[in-house]
Amino acid sequence: MAVNKNDIEKLAELSRIDISDEAAANVAQSISEVLGLVDQLQAVDTTGVRPMAHPLDAVQRLRRDEVTECDQREQLQAMAPATEDGLYLVPRVIE
Amino acid sequence: MHTKTIAQLADALRSKEITSVELTQHFLDRIAALDSHYNSFITVTPDIALAQARAADERLAAGDTSPLCGIPIAHKDIFCTQDVRTSCGSKMLDTFIAPYNATIVENYLKAGAVMLGKTNMDEFAMGSSNETSYYGPVKNPWNTNCVPGGSSGGSAAAVAALLAPGATASDTGGSIRQPAALCGLTGIKPTYGRVSRWGMIAFASSLDQAGTLTRSAEDAALMLNVMASFDDKDSTCVDQPLEDYTATLNDSLTGLTIGIPEEYFSEGLHPDTAKAVQAAIKTYESLGAKTRSISLPHTHLAVPAYYVIAPAECSANLSRFDGVRYGHRCDAPKDLTDLYKRSRSEGFGDEVKRRILVGTYALSAGYYDAYYNKAQQVRRLIKQDFVDAFKDVDVILGPTSPSPAFEFGSKTQDPVAMYLEDIYTIATNLAGLPGLSIPCGLVDNKPVGLQLIGNYFAEGKLLNVAHQFQLATDFHQQLAPATA
Repeated sequence: MAVNKNDIEKLAELSRIDISDEAAANVAQSISEVLGLVDQLQAVDTTGVRPMAHPLDAVQRLRRDEVTECDQREQLQAMAPATEDGLYLVPRVIE
Repeated sequence: MHTKTIAQLADALRSKEITSVELTQHFLDRIAALDSHYNSFITVTPDIALAQARAADERLAAGDTSPLCGIPIAHKDIFCTQDVRTSCGSKMLDTFIAPYNATIVENYLKAGAVMLGKTNMDEFAMGSSNETSYYGPVKNPWNTNCVPGGSSGGSAAAVAALLAPGATASDTGGSIRQPAALCGLTGIKPTYGRVSRWGMIAFASSLDQAGTLTRSAEDAALMLNVMASFDDKDSTCVDQPLEDYTATLNDSLTGLTIGIPEEYFSEGLHPDTAKAVQAAIKTYESLGAKTRSISLPHTHLAVPAYYVIAPAECSANLSRFDGVRYGHRCDAPKDLTDLYKRSRSEGFGDEVKRRILVGTYALSAGYYDAYYNKAQQVRRLIKQDFVDAFKDVDVILGPTSPSPAFEFGSKTQDPVAMYLEDIYTIATNLAGLPGLSIPCGLVDNKPVGLQLIGNYFAEGKLLNVAHQFQLATDFHQQLAPATA
C-alpha cells in the first residue's frame, strides 16, 4: 500500500512528530517501500490462526498488592527538563 | 593480556598472575589509545571501573569463586546504569542518567564484574549497521571501511578490537547475532523471558532480549550464567530453573541431530558465505552429529511480519518520550502540542521516526486487523514451523547473515535492503527461541557467521554445540588484523 503526503501529515500528527514539507515526499516514499514489504502478509491464509503476542503464550503474572517501590521523587525529577515545587512544568494548557 | 579469553583471565586473576586493577587499567589504556579508530564506546567510566576493580581484588583475596569477579566488561548503552549516562544511541537521551541499574547490570555487579563503559549502538537499537547512532557510526575492526553490524555494533567492535574481553548486548531481530557474525565473535540471544528486560530501554517488548558478545562459547556460558535470572520486575520474564551453562559444554555431539533449513540457503545468500557454512556442516558430521534437511515454510514471511510488529510496539514504547519528564526538550514551546512535536522531532533520528510512523500506521483505526493482527497470526505460523522442526532435530543450523560486512552508506538509502540483512535472524525473535552465532570462516578477510537455533530454554545445548565446534576449529581465535 502506498502512502501520500497527506497520509504522512496525518501519521505525523498522530505520532506527535513534525515532518517538514520538504521531507514529506521522501518519507512517504520510504514508508511506502516498507509497506510494500509487509504487504506480502496479505496473501497468507490465516483463517482460524490465533494471534500470538508472547512467544510462550504466557499470561500476565499477578503479585501481592503490596507497596514495593521506594520514593524516588527527587531523583526522578532531577533529570526532568523543567520542574517546580515537585511538579513537572509544561506550557499553559488551560487559558 | 588483552588477547586472553574471559576463562583465561579468570584463571590469571586467581593465580595472582595479575590483579583486577592492573587488568582494568590495561583495557582502559587500550580504549584511550585505540577507540578513536572504532568509536565503539559512547561513555568510558574509568573511575567507576577502577573502584569496582579494587573491590573485586579484595573479593578475590578473600577467595571469591565467581568466575566473573574482577573481569572488565562493557555494557551496551541500552542498559540503565545508575549515575552513568544511558543514551540508547539517541540525542533524545543524551543527558539521561538513570536513577537505577538494569537487573542485568546489577547481576554483573553482584558477580564482581567491572564496568569499563557503555558501548555505541544504533539509535534505540533500530538498525543493522550501527549507522543510525547519534554518536556516529562504529567501524568494523576487521575492515574500517565496513560496518560492524547492528544494533549492538559498539559492543561487537569493542570485543573484536580487544578493548573488552566481553560485552552485553540486546537482540530484537538479530542485533546480537548479526554483529557477532560481521565481527567474528560468539553472540547469543537467549530464549525470550530467560533474561530480565527490566532497565533495558524498550524497543519492541515482545521481541527484545538481552544476551552477550564474547570471543568463545565458553566465555558466553560464563557471562550468561550471570546474566540469566528470573526477575519479578519484568512481567514477561519466565520462571524457569537456572542452569550452569558451563556444565554441559563438553558433552559429546554423537547422536545429535542438526536440521538444515533449505529456505536459509536460497537466493540472496553470498556464495562464499554458503561455502563456509557447508564446510561447518561437514565439521559437525565429523564430530558425530547427524544432519538432515528440513523446511521452515514460512521463513519468507518473517521480515514482513517483523516490520509490522516491531514498529507497532516501538511506536507505543517510544510515546513515553514527550519532553516532559526526561529526555530532550525543545526550546520555547508555544503550547503542549508544539512541545511534544518539536521535542520528538529534534530528539529522534530518521530511522526511529520512520519506524514510529510505520507502527502508527499499522495500529491506526481501519488498519489494525489488516496489519497488526495479521502479523501476529503469521507470527504463530512461523513459530509453528520451528515447533514442528524440533520434533525431529536437536538444533537448527544455517548462516547468520546473507553476506559479510558491507561498506558504510551502501544500504542507508534503501531501508528494505537494510531490513533484509536480518532475514535469517528475525524468525528466531518472532518465535522467541534462543539463537547463537559463531565464526566459521573468512570471505575477503571478513568473518562469516554460523547461526545455531535451539529449542526453548536450550541455551546449554546451543553453547555445547558451539563449544565443540570451537574445540575442532580455530575460526574464533582469529583476530582482527589491526589488533594482532
